[in-house]
Amino acid sequence: MNIINGIAQQNFIIVSALLFCIGISGIFLNRKNVISLLMSIELMLLSVNINFVAFSVYLQDIMGQIFAIFVLTVAGAEAAIGLAILVVYFHNRHSIEIEDASSLKS
Amino acid sequence: MILSFPLILFYIFASVLIASSIVVISSRNMIVAIMFLILAFINASALFVLLGAEFIATLLIVVYVGAIAVLFLFVVMMLDIDIKIKNAVNRKRPIFILISAVMFFEILVISNFSRVKYYETKTLYPINQDIGNVESIGKVLYTDFALPFEFAGAILFVAMIGAIVLTLKDEMRYIRKQQISQQVARNKSTSIEIVKVEPNTGINL
Repeated sequence: MNIINGIAQQNFIIVSALLFCIGISGIFLNRKNVISLLMSIELMLLSVNINFVAFSVYLQDIMGQIFAIFVLTVAGAEAAIGLAILVVYFHNRHSIEIEDASSLKS
Repeated sequence: MILSFPLILFYIFASVLIASSIVVISSRNMIVAIMFLILAFINASALFVLLGAEFIATLLIVVYVGAIAVLFLFVVMMLDIDIKIKNAVNRKRPIFILISAVMFFEILVISNFSRVKYYETKTLYPINQDIGNVESIGKVLYTDFALPFEFAGAILFVAMIGAIVLTLKDEMRYIRKQQISQQVARNKSTSIEIVKVEPNTGINL
């Protein structure tokens, strides 16, 4: 079993899994507005980053940290685009509730 | 189980991380949710420092707290959203919580009770303990990963252009073109007005 600084690897995996499940249940439960949905996606990407960095450190391979940098890049781009779409949607509809976004439903 | 000092730190940071992320998904006030999102990011970067990945920890604070969370705050404060509290009870809520709990316990069982204790891994870029974290990341990122690094920059550039194009209303204020038909059609009566000024009064334009 890998132990660094007296912390076993399972601890990090469990924290990451818990964070991911919290993010998923945030997406499921929160039908109110798009901003908290975007925040749940950010939480899930954070948990993926924790997993990458933990495996990178415990397997003594730098590649996981480089992938974490790429995940961070994609998270930044996604947040920028998502918030821009949100601003345009709010200008058109004057609300950000998800249930109002039903114009594609025939 | 020996409670060493890093393990105690790990438990503190992890519990604050989980608690603040629960507040993020359950708070109705958006400002409070974003503040707890920032707290979650700071605790995650503390976990990275415990792991010995200082560069990712710094990057997490700079990018997430400095850019993304501030962007969220800007949008929430500028949109003037009135949050109507509809007390419509979501009847499927227990099912969703159950799905998440089942997923978590599956990962828990796999990570704790798996018989596979030895992973057959091939270390591609081993961490050199003699040099620091930033140097070892840079030695790989700027040599073997130069092309994906450029693509990451291109993704950010495309995202920036996309955000500008999406939010830029009213293009005619910003794009100034020559409009020949307007220039040809103007004559003396539309462009000059002769005003007779009374003495000591001035004109009212």
